[in-house]
Amino acid sequence: MTSSNWHFDTEKSLVESHGLKLDEFEKIVEGLGREPNLTELGIFSAMWNEHCSYKSSKYWLKKLPTSGERVIQGPGENAGVIDIDDGDVAVFKMESHNHPSFLEPYQGAATGVGGILRDVFTMGARPVANMNALRFGDPNHPKTKHLVSGVVGGIGGYGNCIGIPTVGGEVNFHPSYNGNILVNAMTVGIAKKDKIFYSAAAGIGNPVVYVGSKTGRDGIHGATMASAEFDDDSEEKKPTVQVGDPFTEKLLLEACLELMKEDAIIAIQDMGAAGLTSSSIEMASKGNVGIDINLSKVPIRAANMTAYELMLSESQERMLMVIQPKKEELARSIFKKWDLEFEVIGEVTDTKKLILHMDGEEQASIPINILVEDAPEYQRDYIVNDPSPLISFESKDFKDKDILGDLLKMISHPNLCSRKWIWEQYDHMVMADTVVRPGSDAAVIRVHGTNKGIAISTDCSPTYCRHNSYEGGKHAVVETWRNIVASGAEPIAITDCMNFGNPEKPEIMGQFVECIRGMGDACSKLNYPVISGNVSLYNETNGEGIYPTPAIGGVGLITDLSNTMTIDLKNEGNILCLIGESNNHLGNSHYLSIIQSREDGGTPSINLDDELKNGKFILDCISKKLLKSVHDVGEGGVLVAIAEMCISGKQGIKIDITKDFLHGFFFGEDQARYLVEVSQNKLQQLEIDASKSAVKIERIGEIGGTSISINSIGEVELSSLIDHHTKWFNEF
Amino acid sequence: MKTHVIVFPGSNCDRDVAVAIQNIIGSSPEMVWHKDSTINQSDLIVVPGGFSYGDYLRCGAMASTSPIMKSVIENANKGVPVMGICNGFQILIESGLLQGALMRNSSLSFICRDIIIKPTNTKTMFTNKSTISKMPIAHNEGNYFANSNQIKEIEDNDQIAFQYCDENGDINSHSNPNGSINNIAGVFNKSKNVLGMMPHPERAAESIHGCDDGRNIFESLLS
Repeated sequence: MTSSNWHFDTEKSLVESHGLKLDEFEKIVEGLGREPNLTELGIFSAMWNEHCSYKSSKYWLKKLPTSGERVIQGPGENAGVIDIDDGDVAVFKMESHNHPSFLEPYQGAATGVGGILRDVFTMGARPVANMNALRFGDPNHPKTKHLVSGVVGGIGGYGNCIGIPTVGGEVNFHPSYNGNILVNAMTVGIAKKDKIFYSAAAGIGNPVVYVGSKTGRDGIHGATMASAEFDDDSEEKKPTVQVGDPFTEKLLLEACLELMKEDAIIAIQDMGAAGLTSSSIEMASKGNVGIDINLSKVPIRAANMTAYELMLSESQERMLMVIQPKKEELARSIFKKWDLEFEVIGEVTDTKKLILHMDGEEQASIPINILVEDAPEYQRDYIVNDPSPLISFESKDFKDKDILGDLLKMISHPNLCSRKWIWEQYDHMVMADTVVRPGSDAAVIRVHGTNKGIAISTDCSPTYCRHNSYEGGKHAVVETWRNIVASGAEPIAITDCMNFGNPEKPEIMGQFVECIRGMGDACSKLNYPVISGNVSLYNETNGEGIYPTPAIGGVGLITDLSNTMTIDLKNEGNILCLIGESNNHLGNSHYLSIIQSREDGGTPSINLDDELKNGKFILDCISKKLLKSVHDVGEGGVLVAIAEMCISGKQGIKIDITKDFLHGFFFGEDQARYLVEVSQNKLQQLEIDASKSAVKIERIGEIGGTSISINSIGEVELSSLIDHHTKWFNEF
Repeated sequence: MKTHVIVFPGSNCDRDVAVAIQNIIGSSPEMVWHKDSTINQSDLIVVPGGFSYGDYLRCGAMASTSPIMKSVIENANKGVPVMGICNGFQILIESGLLQGALMRNSSLSFICRDIIIKPTNTKTMFTNKSTISKMPIAHNEGNYFANSNQIKEIEDNDQIAFQYCDENGDINSHSNPNGSINNIAGVFNKSKNVLGMMPHPERAAESIHGCDDGRNIFESLLS
């Protein structure tokens, strides 16, 4: 179908303004056997946009490993579920709220948190932790400060009020996000294995119930907006951003969990992107049934809303449920107690159609399968660019005496400095189960009433992905795995948020394909499957795409909380050792970008066998109580990691090493490495164990004093390190 | 000891304080829904932290008019120990049980971190075991204010419960996290059976919290 042979009664411009391609419209007409009315067109637009249909990504996402011994529910439900022993499960997912957060940072971020929380408690889990992964543009870009303040305010505003701790996350700055920031929010919840709730509608004639807030005109076409690029006029899309009400969500959370204790709910689905449309269709599709809805019954807070508006509103804090008819009054009394709307708006049918009525007239009748199974799926063309070539560095080009000055510059840079300014605005202790607070490798939350915990980490390195999407994809997965190991937990599974540019461009699609391949290889090797996730494409402004950013949220289990590890150095006299091979990999490193203002060289390659071997060794040492603190060596390399350990523990260190190429050793970003603190009397055992496991171990220095000193080079005081580390955000 | 924890819509530290009471006092409190109207017999009533009614109006203002507050006030006037933590402190001020006001933090942002407080009056049922203590704060409106007459009255009656201080116990501007006048972190009513405080003792009540200094307030009530 081209523009010139358009032969339908529906205006072509109307179709295009709904974000539908002309041949997609033709497919709708074919499926329905007629042209859709406006409400139906709106429904197709909402279901077939990229955000809801995964039409460009589905084919590739299927290649990721999604099963494992502990996986109870993989991708496809509101959130994934893993077994954490003793009849307990952890439920988690990460989701993007990028487009709205750029337009209206506070509400965009706040509703992102609200949405992911609902995804988790819909499954029957009480949310216990929020995390996030944030990307902003150049720190000096005029919009950056406003966006950072707004997003941090919105995340805190929502999480603090609802009373779920925000226990960590990651934040980075790069000019590729100047026109499209990324706000990825993750929630982890805990439920009982025999009390998990799903979304498949069942039981012909059973009531379909609407609960939560009333419906207004906010957020209409939000999901469609999130499936398009931005241009100079994007500010005009601000009305598509929803407004969050964390107080109502708190009531909804408590009411849902209270009702879930009764045997009343058959199916439940939150009204997120595309509101009533996607929730009703997903429930019907999963249950292979039909749903009739009487839109006149939908609780509204704006007068004269049309069927079209009711179906596409993205008003927040709403849920759709199918309940046992006999339990209707019980359910109603619970929601009434919490001052929430409760209305039977429809019933489950055997028609396998979504049929809508309003004021006695039929407004829409669409077979569910056309909307879901027959939704367009594309295998987009892709080109895989050659990875950026490796470059070699020679020690003669670097001056050893610059090392400590370079360190100060690096730890004061926005990408490596302390994030305390951010996480002090998040209540990270409410619920009184936070074991490891933000600022360590992974956050650790106690499973309430037990002595076990879950470790959570989010991560991604877009510059690695940009220069070598395959290794970058591996890296994102491995980095969270290593963070979880360093906290003393057994890594179990991940959720992902695939943030990319326009998939209709072959090189962007190539980045996507390669990142998935890298992630898949890492997940398979590490037995660390993907159990939930989300895709955010079209992160472009005026044709300029973001760097490929597959953000990963990993979760692990600590069976005995006394094995929890943190990064802060503990005791004077202990020895700091480096685990893993160092090969002076400076290509694409923070050192190059911060000190030399260069972004070139190859992404460090990851040997997954080494990762597995070294990670297992660390966990083994932790369980043998050999280690006092552990930190994975990540962004910035060994010396930055040492500085972080010193700052956290308020301890100095005397580094005593000899190397031909000190800059390469201190700032290289080779993978599969950890720094570990060991007491003198356990040092020998640690070294023997390392040699038995064929793991490389090196002594770095002795802990103590009030400075980091490096033999033959000099020293820098802790107080100066702390000043440099906190300066940037303190002056924000 | 018979204890009660009030639950408002939007309370979110109700469970945390119930766990602390269970662990330290040894029996679990009765959770009282805000629409209930009476508490008959109690040895301690806690108004917990959170965002009652979303704090969409002035913090604590809506909750202070909830049905249960009438009974809380009656009990307080009879001498029953009443403790308001964070949002609970705001509610007790709004209900008139405590003097002063809690304004927005001077930094204009939410603050969640450990602070140190020093008991100003250790001769009360809440503070007879208190020493310099570390515990977290987590609030947006914890900036205590009272006019000079009120401050004088509060001081003269030994009604200041806690003040923010540094590790050495020095009360100075560096150790003041939110701009509170005279570093005030908590106050009593005149008869010292009502305590309002911004810091969260229930979040510093066992070893996994990294500090258990908050226990001494509950232990004090036991003795």
